Amino acid sequence: MTEFVFYTLAAAAVLSALLCIVQKNPVPSALWLVSTMFALAGIYVLLNAQFIAAMQVLVYAGAVMVLFLFVIMLLNLGHASETDRKRGPVVLVAVLLAAGIAAALFAVRDTSVASLAARVGAPEVASSPLAALPGAGRVQSAEAFTNPIASIARPMFETYLVPFELTSVLLLAAAVGAVVLAKRKL
Amino acid sequence: MTPEMKGFLLLAVLKMVVVFTVVMVGVALLTLMERKVSAWMQNRRGPNRVGFAGLLQPAADGVKNIVKEETYPAEANSFLFILAPALAFIPAMCLSAVIPWAAPVDISLDRTLPLLGHVRYDGRMAMAVADLPIGFLFVLAVSSLGVYGIALAGWSSNSKYSLLGGLRSSAQMISYEVAMGMSLIPLLILVGNASFGDVIKAQQDGLWFILPLTLSFFVFLVAGFAETNRLPFDLPEAESELIAGYHTEYSAMKFSLFFIAEYANMVTVSAMLATLFFGGWDIPGTSWDQNGSTLAAVATGAAMFLKTFFFLFFFMWIRWTLPRFRYDQLMALGWKFLIPLALVYLMIIAVAVWILEAVVGIADPKIKALILFGMNAVMCYVVFFILDRGTLVSGSYRRQVPANVGS
Repeated sequence: MTEFVFYTLAAAAVLSALLCIVQKNPVPSALWLVSTMFALAGIYVLLNAQFIAAMQVLVYAGAVMVLFLFVIMLLNLGHASETDRKRGPVVLVAVLLAAGIAAALFAVRDTSVASLAARVGAPEVASSPLAALPGAGRVQSAEAFTNPIASIARPMFETYLVPFELTSVLLLAAAVGAVVLAKRKL
Repeated sequence: MTPEMKGFLLLAVLKMVVVFTVVMVGVALLTLMERKVSAWMQNRRGPNRVGFAGLLQPAADGVKNIVKEETYPAEANSFLFILAPALAFIPAMCLSAVIPWAAPVDISLDRTLPLLGHVRYDGRMAMAVADLPIGFLFVLAVSSLGVYGIALAGWSSNSKYSLLGGLRSSAQMISYEVAMGMSLIPLLILVGNASFGDVIKAQQDGLWFILPLTLSFFVFLVAGFAETNRLPFDLPEAESELIAGYHTEYSAMKFSLFFIAEYANMVTVSAMLATLFFGGWDIPGTSWDQNGSTLAAVATGAAMFLKTFFFLFFFMWIRWTLPRFRYDQLMALGWKFLIPLALVYLMIIAVAVWILEAVVGIADPKIKALILFGMNAVMCYVVFFILDRGTLVSGSYRRQVPANVGS
Protein backbone atom coordinates (compact mmCIF):
# COMPACT_ATOMS: atom_id res chain seq x y z
CA MET A 1 0.00 0.00 0.00
CA THR A 2 2.74 2.46 1.06
CA GLU A 3 4.81 1.54 -1.99
CA PHE A 4 1.82 2.01 -4.27
CA VAL A 5 1.19 5.50 -2.84
CA PHE A 6 4.88 6.33 -3.09
CA TYR A 7 5.17 5.33 -6.74
CA THR A 8 1.98 7.20 -7.62
CA LEU A 9 3.27 10.36 -5.97
CA ALA A 10 6.74 9.94 -7.43
CA ALA A 11 5.31 9.48 -10.93
CA ALA A 12 3.13 12.56 -10.42
CA ALA A 13 6.16 14.58 -9.26
CA VAL A 14 8.34 13.56 -12.21
CA LEU A 15 5.56 14.02 -14.75
CA SER A 16 4.63 17.47 -13.39
CA ALA A 17 8.27 18.53 -13.37
CA LEU A 18 8.58 17.43 -16.99
CA LEU A 19 5.43 19.30 -17.97
CA CYS A 20 6.72 22.32 -16.07
CA ILE A 21 9.80 22.61 -18.26
CA VAL A 22 8.20 21.84 -21.62
CA GLN A 23 5.40 24.42 -21.34
CA LYS A 24 5.89 27.55 -23.44
CA ASN A 25 3.44 29.67 -21.46
CA PRO A 26 4.84 30.63 -18.02
CA VAL A 27 1.51 30.41 -16.15
CA PRO A 28 0.78 26.70 -16.78
CA SER A 29 4.47 26.06 -16.23
CA ALA A 30 4.26 27.63 -12.76
CA LEU A 31 1.13 25.60 -12.03
CA TRP A 32 2.88 22.35 -12.93
CA LEU A 33 5.65 23.31 -10.53
CA VAL A 34 3.01 23.71 -7.80
CA SER A 35 1.77 20.24 -8.70
CA THR A 36 5.33 18.88 -8.29
CA MET A 37 5.55 20.46 -4.86
CA PHE A 38 2.27 18.86 -3.84
CA ALA A 39 3.53 15.45 -4.85
CA LEU A 40 6.71 16.05 -2.84
CA ALA A 41 4.62 17.07 0.17
CA GLY A 42 2.75 13.81 -0.17
CA ILE A 43 6.05 11.90 -0.13
CA TYR A 44 7.07 13.78 3.04
CA VAL A 45 3.84 12.64 4.69
CA LEU A 46 4.72 9.07 3.73
CA LEU A 47 8.05 9.57 5.53
CA ASN A 48 6.05 10.61 8.63
CA ALA A 49 7.50 14.12 8.29
CA GLN A 50 4.16 15.90 8.44
CA PHE A 51 5.60 19.18 9.60
CA ILE A 52 7.93 19.32 6.58
CA ALA A 53 4.98 18.48 4.34
CA ALA A 54 2.94 21.34 5.81
CA MET A 55 5.88 23.71 5.39
CA GLN A 56 6.40 22.55 1.81
CA VAL A 57 2.82 23.46 0.96
CA LEU A 58 2.77 26.63 3.07
CA VAL A 59 6.07 28.11 1.93
CA TYR A 60 6.63 26.81 -1.59
CA ALA A 61 3.13 26.24 -2.96
CA GLY A 62 1.43 28.92 -0.85
CA ALA A 63 3.93 31.77 -0.86
CA VAL A 64 6.85 31.37 -3.28
CA MET A 65 4.78 30.17 -6.23
CA VAL A 66 2.08 32.76 -5.58
CA LEU A 67 4.84 35.35 -5.79
CA PHE A 68 6.02 33.81 -9.09
CA LEU A 69 2.49 33.95 -10.43
CA PHE A 70 2.17 37.53 -9.22
CA VAL A 71 5.29 38.58 -11.13
CA ILE A 72 4.21 36.70 -14.27
CA MET A 73 0.81 38.38 -14.15
CA LEU A 74 2.25 41.78 -13.33
CA LEU A 75 4.66 41.71 -16.28
CA ASN A 76 1.99 40.09 -18.44
CA LEU A 77 4.34 37.38 -19.67
CA GLY A 78 1.56 35.15 -20.93
CA HIS A 79 2.61 35.32 -24.58
CA ALA A 80 5.52 33.35 -26.02
CA SER A 81 7.87 35.29 -28.26
CA GLU A 82 10.54 34.28 -30.75
CA THR A 83 13.35 35.23 -28.37
CA ASP A 84 12.24 32.41 -26.05
CA ARG A 85 13.55 29.84 -28.48
CA LYS A 86 17.27 30.33 -28.26
CA ARG A 87 18.97 27.00 -28.75
CA GLY A 88 22.65 26.09 -28.88
CA PRO A 89 24.61 26.33 -25.62
CA VAL A 90 21.41 25.63 -23.66
CA VAL A 91 21.15 22.15 -25.13
CA LEU A 92 24.79 21.43 -24.35
CA VAL A 93 24.38 22.55 -20.73
CA ALA A 94 21.20 20.48 -20.44
CA VAL A 95 22.91 17.35 -21.73
CA LEU A 96 25.88 17.86 -19.40
CA LEU A 97 23.59 18.38 -16.41
CA ALA A 98 21.52 15.32 -17.25
CA ALA A 99 24.70 13.24 -17.56
CA GLY A 100 25.90 14.54 -14.19
CA ILE A 101 22.62 13.68 -12.47
CA ALA A 102 22.58 10.23 -14.07
CA ALA A 103 26.13 9.62 -12.82
CA ALA A 104 25.18 10.77 -9.31
CA LEU A 105 22.13 8.48 -9.29
CA PHE A 106 24.25 5.59 -10.51
CA ALA A 107 26.74 6.19 -7.71
CA VAL A 108 24.11 5.99 -4.96
CA ARG A 109 22.12 3.09 -6.44
CA ASP A 110 22.90 0.69 -3.57
CA THR A 111 22.71 3.20 -0.75
CA SER A 112 20.16 2.76 2.02
CA VAL A 113 19.51 4.78 5.18
CA ALA A 114 21.38 2.22 7.29
CA SER A 115 24.44 2.07 5.03
CA LEU A 116 24.55 5.86 4.84
CA ALA A 117 24.43 6.12 8.63
CA ALA A 118 27.20 3.52 8.92
CA ARG A 119 29.39 5.34 6.41
CA VAL A 120 29.24 8.73 8.14
CA GLY A 121 29.46 6.99 11.51
CA ALA A 122 26.27 8.62 12.79
CA PRO A 123 25.32 7.19 16.17
CA GLU A 124 21.67 6.29 16.63
CA VAL A 125 21.06 9.05 19.18
CA ALA A 126 17.61 10.23 20.15
CA SER A 127 18.02 13.52 18.35
CA SER A 128 19.28 12.07 15.09
CA PRO A 129 17.42 13.54 12.12
CA LEU A 130 17.36 10.03 10.72
CA ALA A 131 14.70 9.34 13.33
CA ALA A 132 12.27 11.02 10.98
CA LEU A 133 12.76 8.14 8.56
CA PRO A 134 10.71 4.96 9.01
CA GLY A 135 12.38 2.13 10.90
CA ALA A 136 15.07 4.29 12.44
CA GLY A 137 13.65 4.04 15.96
CA ARG A 138 10.23 3.22 17.30
CA VAL A 139 10.18 5.87 20.05
CA GLN A 140 11.16 8.74 17.79
CA SER A 141 8.68 7.83 15.10
CA ALA A 142 5.94 7.67 17.74
CA GLU A 143 6.79 11.24 18.69
CA ALA A 144 7.03 12.18 15.04
CA PHE A 145 3.42 11.17 14.78
CA THR A 146 1.95 12.82 17.90
CA ASN A 147 4.12 15.94 17.97
CA PRO A 148 5.87 16.42 14.63
CA ILE A 149 7.07 19.92 15.51
CA ALA A 150 8.98 18.78 18.60
CA SER A 151 10.62 15.94 16.69
CA ILE A 152 11.93 18.47 14.17
CA ALA A 153 12.82 21.13 16.72
CA ARG A 154 14.84 18.86 19.00
CA PRO A 155 17.62 17.95 16.55
CA MET A 156 17.56 21.43 15.08
CA PHE A 157 18.01 23.30 18.35
CA GLU A 158 20.09 20.74 20.26
CA THR A 159 22.39 18.68 18.04
CA TYR A 160 22.59 21.02 15.07
CA LEU A 161 22.15 24.41 16.76
CA VAL A 162 25.28 26.04 15.31
CA PRO A 163 24.70 25.06 11.65
CA PHE A 164 21.09 26.14 12.03
CA GLU A 165 22.04 29.59 13.36
CA LEU A 166 24.71 29.98 10.66
CA THR A 167 22.10 29.20 8.02
CA SER A 168 19.80 31.85 9.45
CA VAL A 169 22.63 34.41 9.30
CA LEU A 170 23.19 33.42 5.66
CA LEU A 171 19.51 33.93 4.89
CA LEU A 172 19.54 37.29 6.64
CA ALA A 173 22.55 38.34 4.58
CA ALA A 174 20.74 37.29 1.40
CA ALA A 175 17.65 39.29 2.40
CA VAL A 176 19.70 42.39 3.24
CA GLY A 177 21.60 42.03 -0.02
CA ALA A 178 18.38 41.79 -2.01
CA VAL A 179 17.04 44.96 -0.38
CA VAL A 180 20.30 46.82 -1.05
CA LEU A 181 20.33 45.73 -4.69
CA ALA A 182 16.67 46.60 -5.22
CA LYS A 183 16.72 49.92 -3.40
CA ARG A 184 19.78 52.02 -4.15
CA LYS A 185 18.47 54.97 -2.18
CA LEU A 186 17.50 53.88 1.35
CA MET B 1 -10.11 -5.98 4.96
CA THR B 2 -10.21 -6.34 8.73
CA PRO B 3 -13.37 -5.35 10.62
CA GLU B 4 -11.38 -2.57 12.39
CA MET B 5 -10.32 -1.09 9.05
CA LYS B 6 -13.90 -1.27 7.80
CA GLY B 7 -15.20 0.41 10.95
CA PHE B 8 -12.65 3.19 10.65
CA LEU B 9 -13.45 3.76 6.99
CA LEU B 10 -17.21 3.65 7.60
CA LEU B 11 -17.04 6.27 10.36
CA ALA B 12 -14.62 8.41 8.33
CA VAL B 13 -16.96 8.41 5.34
CA LEU B 14 -19.92 9.18 7.60
CA LYS B 15 -18.07 12.14 9.12
CA MET B 16 -17.10 13.40 5.67
CA VAL B 17 -20.68 13.27 4.44
CA VAL B 18 -21.99 15.00 7.57
CA VAL B 19 -19.36 17.77 7.60
CA PHE B 20 -19.64 18.41 3.86
CA THR B 21 -23.44 18.58 4.03
CA VAL B 22 -23.48 20.81 7.08
CA VAL B 23 -20.92 23.20 5.58
CA MET B 24 -22.72 23.40 2.23
CA VAL B 25 -26.15 23.95 3.79
CA GLY B 26 -24.58 26.34 6.29
CA VAL B 27 -23.03 28.34 3.48
CA ALA B 28 -26.39 28.55 1.72
CA LEU B 29 -28.03 29.79 4.90
CA LEU B 30 -25.16 32.21 5.51
CA THR B 31 -25.86 34.00 2.23
CA LEU B 32 -29.41 34.50 3.45
CA MET B 33 -28.15 35.59 6.88
CA GLU B 34 -25.79 38.10 5.29
CA ARG B 35 -28.68 39.71 3.42
CA LYS B 36 -30.93 39.63 6.45
CA VAL B 37 -28.26 41.13 8.72
CA SER B 38 -27.42 43.83 6.21
CA ALA B 39 -31.12 44.62 5.86
CA TRP B 40 -31.48 44.79 9.62
CA MET B 41 -28.51 47.15 9.90
CA GLN B 42 -29.88 49.38 7.16
CA ASN B 43 -33.48 49.39 8.42
CA ARG B 44 -34.80 47.27 5.58
CA ARG B 45 -36.59 43.94 5.53
CA GLY B 46 -34.29 41.93 3.29
CA PRO B 47 -35.43 38.96 1.18
CA ASN B 48 -38.89 37.89 2.39
CA ARG B 49 -40.74 36.63 -0.71
CA VAL B 50 -39.52 33.05 -1.21
CA GLY B 51 -40.76 30.67 1.46
CA PHE B 52 -41.53 31.61 5.03
CA ALA B 53 -39.72 34.91 5.82
CA GLY B 54 -37.43 34.35 2.84
CA LEU B 55 -36.02 31.07 4.14
CA LEU B 56 -36.10 29.45 0.71
CA GLN B 57 -34.17 32.31 -0.90
CA PRO B 58 -30.87 30.31 -1.00
CA ALA B 59 -32.68 27.48 -2.81
CA ALA B 60 -34.07 29.94 -5.34
CA ASP B 61 -30.59 31.42 -5.82
CA GLY B 62 -29.13 27.95 -6.30
CA VAL B 63 -31.71 26.99 -8.93
CA LYS B 64 -31.14 30.28 -10.70
CA ASN B 65 -27.38 29.78 -10.78
CA ILE B 66 -27.65 26.24 -12.09
CA VAL B 67 -30.03 27.01 -14.97
CA LYS B 68 -28.39 30.30 -15.96
CA GLU B 69 -26.43 30.55 -19.19
CA GLU B 70 -22.67 30.13 -18.89
CA THR B 71 -20.66 32.81 -20.66
CA TYR B 72 -17.08 32.46 -21.81
CA PRO B 73 -15.12 35.62 -22.60
CA ALA B 74 -13.44 35.76 -25.99
CA GLU B 75 -9.71 34.95 -26.01
CA ALA B 76 -9.87 33.60 -22.48
CA ASN B 77 -7.63 30.69 -21.54
CA SER B 78 -10.57 28.30 -21.41
CA PHE B 79 -8.90 25.49 -19.44
CA LEU B 80 -7.70 27.74 -16.62
CA PHE B 81 -10.93 29.73 -16.80
CA ILE B 82 -12.88 26.58 -15.91
CA LEU B 83 -10.26 25.27 -13.48
CA ALA B 84 -10.06 28.47 -11.41
CA PRO B 85 -13.43 28.20 -9.58
CA ALA B 86 -12.60 24.61 -8.64
CA LEU B 87 -9.20 25.70 -7.32
CA ALA B 88 -10.94 28.25 -5.11
CA PHE B 89 -13.60 25.80 -3.95
CA ILE B 90 -11.52 22.69 -3.14
CA PRO B 91 -9.16 24.18 -0.49
CA ALA B 92 -12.10 25.93 1.15
CA MET B 93 -13.86 22.58 1.50
CA CYS B 94 -10.74 20.70 2.64
CA LEU B 95 -10.29 23.11 5.54
CA SER B 96 -13.48 22.13 7.32
CA ALA B 97 -12.12 18.58 7.57
CA VAL B 98 -9.56 19.24 10.32
CA ILE B 99 -11.60 21.43 12.70
CA PRO B 100 -12.81 19.51 15.78
CA TRP B 101 -16.51 20.32 15.85
CA ALA B 102 -17.27 18.63 19.21
CA ALA B 103 -15.67 16.72 22.08
CA PRO B 104 -14.34 13.24 21.23
CA VAL B 105 -16.91 10.47 21.69
CA ASP B 106 -16.47 6.93 23.00
CA ILE B 107 -17.71 4.56 20.35
CA SER B 108 -18.09 0.82 20.60
CA LEU B 109 -19.39 -0.41 17.29
CA ASP B 110 -19.39 -4.14 16.68
CA ARG B 111 -22.03 -5.48 14.35
CA THR B 112 -22.63 -6.97 10.96
CA LEU B 113 -24.07 -4.60 8.41
CA PRO B 114 -25.59 -5.48 5.04
CA LEU B 115 -23.15 -5.03 2.11
CA LEU B 116 -20.28 -4.06 4.40
CA GLY B 117 -20.04 -7.18 6.52
CA HIS B 118 -18.55 -7.16 10.00
CA VAL B 119 -17.50 -3.69 11.18
CA ARG B 120 -15.85 -2.85 14.48
CA TYR B 121 -14.67 0.36 16.11
CA ASP B 122 -13.63 0.70 19.72
CA GLY B 123 -12.35 3.69 21.56
CA ARG B 124 -12.48 7.44 21.42
CA MET B 125 -13.29 9.05 18.09
CA ALA B 126 -12.25 12.62 17.35
CA MET B 127 -15.15 14.68 16.01
CA ALA B 128 -13.09 15.92 13.09
CA VAL B 129 -12.88 14.23 9.72
CA ALA B 130 -9.08 14.12 9.96
CA ASP B 131 -7.50 14.60 13.38
CA LEU B 132 -4.09 15.68 12.08
CA PRO B 133 -1.06 16.07 14.36
CA ILE B 134 -0.11 19.26 12.49
CA GLY B 135 -3.53 20.79 13.23
CA PHE B 136 -3.64 24.48 12.50
CA LEU B 137 -0.53 24.32 10.31
CA PHE B 138 -2.63 22.34 7.86
CA VAL B 139 -5.21 25.12 7.92
CA LEU B 140 -2.55 27.76 7.27
CA ALA B 141 -1.01 25.70 4.46
CA VAL B 142 -4.22 24.86 2.65
CA SER B 143 -5.85 28.25 3.11
CA SER B 144 -2.85 29.80 1.37
CA LEU B 145 -3.77 27.76 -1.72
CA GLY B 146 -7.15 29.41 -2.15
CA VAL B 147 -5.41 32.36 -3.76
CA TYR B 148 -4.60 30.26 -6.85
CA GLY B 149 -8.27 30.14 -7.76
CA ILE B 150 -8.59 33.89 -7.49
CA ALA B 151 -5.32 34.77 -9.20
CA LEU B 152 -5.93 32.36 -12.09
CA ALA B 153 -9.51 33.53 -12.49
CA GLY B 154 -8.14 37.03 -12.86
CA TRP B 155 -5.43 36.03 -15.30
CA SER B 156 -7.42 33.63 -17.49
CA SER B 157 -10.43 35.93 -17.93
CA ASN B 158 -8.53 38.15 -20.36
CA SER B 159 -10.02 41.26 -18.77
CA LYS B 160 -8.23 44.20 -17.21
CA TYR B 161 -10.53 44.41 -14.20
CA SER B 162 -10.16 40.71 -13.52
CA LEU B 163 -6.39 40.86 -13.85
CA LEU B 164 -6.18 43.75 -11.40
CA GLY B 165 -8.39 41.85 -8.96
CA GLY B 166 -6.20 38.77 -9.24
CA LEU B 167 -3.03 40.80 -8.76
CA ARG B 168 -4.39 42.54 -5.71
CA SER B 169 -5.52 39.28 -4.25
CA SER B 170 -2.16 37.55 -4.58
CA ALA B 171 -0.32 40.54 -3.09
CA GLN B 172 -2.80 40.78 -0.23
CA MET B 173 -2.69 37.07 0.58
CA ILE B 174 1.11 36.94 0.71
CA SER B 175 1.24 40.03 2.92
CA TYR B 176 -1.28 38.92 5.49
CA GLU B 177 -0.26 35.27 5.56
CA VAL B 178 3.01 36.28 7.23
CA ALA B 179 1.22 38.17 9.99
CA MET B 180 -1.28 35.34 10.39
CA GLY B 181 1.40 32.70 10.75
CA MET B 182 3.42 34.78 13.18
CA SER B 183 0.43 35.57 15.35
CA LEU B 184 0.07 31.83 16.01
CA ILE B 185 3.67 31.20 17.14
CA PRO B 186 3.01 32.55 20.70
CA LEU B 187 0.19 30.02 20.87
CA LEU B 188 2.63 27.31 19.80
CA ILE B 189 4.97 28.39 22.61
CA LEU B 190 2.23 28.01 25.20
CA VAL B 191 0.84 24.72 23.86
CA GLY B 192 3.98 23.01 22.58
CA ASN B 193 2.10 21.33 19.74
CA ALA B 194 0.01 22.35 16.77
CA SER B 195 -2.77 19.77 17.01
CA PHE B 196 -6.22 21.13 17.78
CA GLY B 197 -6.72 18.56 20.54
CA ASP B 198 -3.68 19.85 22.45
CA VAL B 199 -4.66 23.48 21.86
CA ILE B 200 -8.09 22.87 23.40
CA LYS B 201 -6.62 20.88 26.28
CA ALA B 202 -4.17 23.68 27.09
CA GLN B 203 -7.09 26.12 27.20
CA GLN B 204 -9.04 23.83 29.53
CA ASP B 205 -6.06 23.59 31.89
CA GLY B 206 -5.29 27.29 31.79
CA LEU B 207 -7.50 30.05 30.43
CA TRP B 208 -8.97 30.63 26.99
CA PHE B 209 -6.14 32.05 24.89
CA ILE B 210 -8.04 35.27 24.24
CA LEU B 211 -6.88 36.32 27.73
CA PRO B 212 -3.18 35.37 27.81
CA LEU B 213 -2.69 36.07 24.08
CA THR B 214 -4.96 39.04 23.37
CA LEU B 215 -2.71 40.71 20.84
CA SER B 216 -2.24 37.44 18.94
CA PHE B 217 -6.00 37.22 18.72
CA PHE B 218 -6.15 40.76 17.38
CA VAL B 219 -3.53 40.14 14.69
CA PHE B 220 -5.11 36.83 13.72
CA LEU B 221 -8.56 38.43 13.49
CA VAL B 222 -7.40 41.21 11.19
CA ALA B 223 -5.32 38.84 9.05
CA GLY B 224 -8.31 36.48 8.92
CA PHE B 225 -10.49 39.22 7.48
CA ALA B 226 -7.82 39.92 4.88
CA GLU B 227 -7.37 36.25 3.99
CA THR B 228 -11.08 35.74 3.40
CA ASN B 229 -11.29 38.89 1.23
CA ARG B 230 -14.07 40.29 3.38
CA LEU B 231 -14.74 43.95 3.82
CA PRO B 232 -12.86 46.10 4.84
CA PHE B 233 -10.25 44.09 2.89
CA ASP B 234 -12.26 43.11 -0.19
CA LEU B 235 -10.01 44.97 -2.61
CA PRO B 236 -9.75 42.00 -5.03
CA GLU B 237 -13.42 42.52 -5.85
CA ALA B 238 -13.90 46.19 -4.96
CA GLU B 239 -17.14 46.98 -6.79
CA SER B 240 -16.60 50.71 -7.00
CA GLU B 241 -13.24 50.33 -8.75
CA LEU B 242 -13.06 46.94 -10.46
CA ILE B 243 -16.73 46.09 -11.24
CA ALA B 244 -16.46 42.72 -9.50
CA GLY B 245 -12.73 42.13 -9.58
CA TYR B 246 -11.54 38.62 -10.34
CA HIS B 247 -15.01 37.19 -10.98
CA THR B 248 -16.21 39.93 -13.34
CA GLU B 249 -16.32 37.54 -16.30
CA TYR B 250 -17.88 34.61 -14.46
CA SER B 251 -21.53 33.64 -14.57
CA ALA B 252 -23.87 30.93 -13.35
CA MET B 253 -22.48 28.10 -11.21
CA LYS B 254 -18.83 29.03 -11.75
CA PHE B 255 -19.53 32.41 -10.16
CA SER B 256 -21.45 30.62 -7.44
CA LEU B 257 -18.44 28.44 -6.61
CA PHE B 258 -16.39 31.55 -5.80
CA PHE B 259 -19.20 32.68 -3.55
CA ILE B 260 -19.42 29.32 -1.78
CA ALA B 261 -15.64 29.30 -1.34
CA GLU B 262 -15.72 32.75 0.25
CA TYR B 263 -18.40 31.77 2.74
CA ALA B 264 -16.78 28.40 3.47
CA ASN B 265 -13.53 30.26 4.21
CA MET B 266 -15.48 32.51 6.53
CA VAL B 267 -16.79 29.45 8.39
CA THR B 268 -13.26 28.07 8.68
CA VAL B 269 -11.75 31.31 9.98
CA SER B 270 -14.62 31.68 12.48
CA ALA B 271 -14.14 28.10 13.65
CA MET B 272 -10.38 28.70 13.90
CA LEU B 273 -10.94 31.83 16.00
CA ALA B 274 -13.32 29.90 18.24
CA THR B 275 -10.96 26.92 18.56
CA LEU B 276 -7.66 28.71 18.99
CA PHE B 277 -8.73 31.59 21.21
CA PHE B 278 -12.12 30.73 22.71
CA GLY B 279 -11.62 27.16 23.87
CA GLY B 280 -13.10 25.35 20.88
CA TRP B 281 -15.84 22.97 21.95
CA ASP B 282 -14.97 23.51 25.63
CA ILE B 283 -17.84 24.55 27.87
CA PRO B 284 -16.24 26.85 30.45
CA GLY B 285 -16.24 25.84 34.11
CA THR B 286 -17.24 22.22 33.50
CA SER B 287 -15.30 19.00 33.17
CA TRP B 288 -18.13 16.56 32.31
CA ASP B 289 -17.95 17.72 28.72
CA GLN B 290 -14.89 15.52 28.18
CA ASN B 291 -16.36 12.25 29.48
CA GLY B 292 -16.95 10.94 25.97
CA SER B 293 -20.72 10.48 26.21
CA THR B 294 -23.06 11.32 23.36
CA LEU B 295 -24.75 13.99 25.48
CA ALA B 296 -21.37 15.70 26.00
CA ALA B 297 -20.73 15.58 22.26
CA VAL B 298 -24.09 17.23 21.53
CA ALA B 299 -23.57 19.89 24.21
CA THR B 300 -20.01 20.69 23.13
CA GLY B 301 -21.12 20.71 19.50
CA ALA B 302 -23.71 23.31 20.43
CA ALA B 303 -21.05 25.34 22.28
CA MET B 304 -18.76 25.21 19.25
CA PHE B 305 -21.67 26.22 17.01
CA LEU B 306 -22.50 29.23 19.21
CA LYS B 307 -18.89 30.44 19.24
CA THR B 308 -18.50 29.99 15.48
CA PHE B 309 -21.85 31.64 14.87
CA PHE B 310 -20.81 34.64 16.91
CA PHE B 311 -17.75 35.17 14.71
CA LEU B 312 -19.79 34.68 11.55
CA PHE B 313 -22.10 37.40 12.77
CA PHE B 314 -19.06 39.50 13.65
CA PHE B 315 -17.80 39.16 10.06
CA MET B 316 -21.11 40.52 8.76
CA TRP B 317 -21.27 43.17 11.42
CA ILE B 318 -17.85 44.50 10.35
CA ARG B 319 -18.76 44.26 6.67
CA TRP B 320 -21.76 46.54 7.06
CA THR B 321 -20.00 48.91 9.46
CA LEU B 322 -16.55 49.74 8.08
CA PRO B 323 -15.71 51.19 4.67
CA ARG B 324 -13.09 49.63 2.40
CA PHE B 325 -9.39 50.40 2.83
CA ARG B 326 -7.38 52.09 0.14
CA TYR B 327 -4.79 49.81 -1.43
CA ASP B 328 -1.77 51.59 0.10
CA GLN B 329 -3.49 51.58 3.49
CA LEU B 330 -4.01 47.84 3.21
CA MET B 331 -0.34 47.21 2.43
CA ALA B 332 0.84 49.61 5.13
CA LEU B 333 -1.40 48.01 7.74
CA GLY B 334 -0.08 44.57 6.87
CA TRP B 335 3.63 45.27 6.53
CA LYS B 336 4.20 48.27 8.77
CA PHE B 337 1.85 47.49 11.63
CA LEU B 338 0.71 43.87 11.89
CA ILE B 339 4.00 42.12 11.11
CA PRO B 340 6.16 44.24 13.47
CA LEU B 341 3.48 43.93 16.14
CA ALA B 342 3.36 40.15 15.77
CA LEU B 343 7.18 39.93 15.84
CA VAL B 344 7.62 42.09 18.94
CA TYR B 345 4.75 40.31 20.66
CA LEU B 346 6.30 36.93 19.87
CA MET B 347 9.57 38.01 21.50
CA ILE B 348 7.81 39.40 24.57
CA ILE B 349 5.73 36.25 25.05
CA ALA B 350 8.73 33.96 24.53
CA VAL B 351 10.76 35.84 27.15
CA ALA B 352 7.81 36.01 29.54
CA VAL B 353 7.10 32.28 29.26
CA TRP B 354 10.80 31.50 29.75
CA ILE B 355 10.94 33.70 32.88
CA LEU B 356 7.72 32.24 34.28
CA GLU B 357 8.71 28.63 33.66
CA ALA B 358 12.47 28.51 34.03
CA VAL B 359 13.35 31.39 36.34
CA VAL B 360 10.34 31.80 38.63
CA GLY B 361 9.20 28.21 38.23
CA ILE B 362 5.42 28.52 38.01
CA ALA B 363 3.98 25.20 36.93
CA ASP B 364 0.24 25.84 37.39
CA PRO B 365 -1.10 26.76 33.93
CA LYS B 366 -3.94 28.84 35.41
CA ILE B 367 -1.62 31.14 37.37
CA LYS B 368 0.71 31.39 34.36
CA ALA B 369 -2.20 32.35 32.12
CA LEU B 370 -3.41 34.94 34.63
CA ILE B 371 0.03 36.58 34.82
CA LEU B 372 0.20 36.65 31.01
CA PHE B 373 -3.29 38.15 30.95
CA GLY B 374 -2.10 40.95 33.22
CA MET B 375 0.80 41.61 30.88
CA ASN B 376 -1.55 41.60 27.89
CA ALA B 377 -3.89 44.10 29.50
CA VAL B 378 -0.96 46.50 29.85
CA MET B 379 0.30 45.79 26.31
CA CYS B 380 -3.14 46.28 24.79
CA TYR B 381 -3.47 49.60 26.55
CA VAL B 382 -0.03 50.65 25.31
CA VAL B 383 -0.65 49.56 21.71
CA PHE B 384 -4.19 50.80 21.26
CA PHE B 385 -4.23 53.94 23.37
CA ILE B 386 -0.66 55.28 23.52
CA LEU B 387 1.23 54.08 20.44
CA ASP B 388 -1.82 54.43 18.24
CA ARG B 389 -1.72 58.21 18.46
CA GLY B 390 0.26 59.14 15.42
CA THR B 391 2.96 56.49 15.35
CA LEU B 392 1.88 52.89 14.85
CA VAL B 393 -1.53 52.42 13.32
CA SER B 394 -1.62 55.79 11.67
CA GLY B 395 0.90 54.54 9.12
CA SER B 396 -2.09 52.81 7.63
CA TYR B 397 -4.36 55.81 7.38
CA ARG B 398 -2.14 58.84 7.05
CA ARG B 399 -2.91 60.58 3.78
CA GLN B 400 -0.87 62.74 1.53
CA VAL B 401 -2.44 66.14 2.11
CA PRO B 402 -2.63 68.08 -1.18
CA ALA B 403 -0.59 71.28 -1.11
CA ASN B 404 -3.51 73.65 -1.61
CA VAL B 405 -5.62 72.28 1.25
CA GLY B 406 -5.93 74.61 4.23
CA SER B 407 -4.75 77.70 2.43
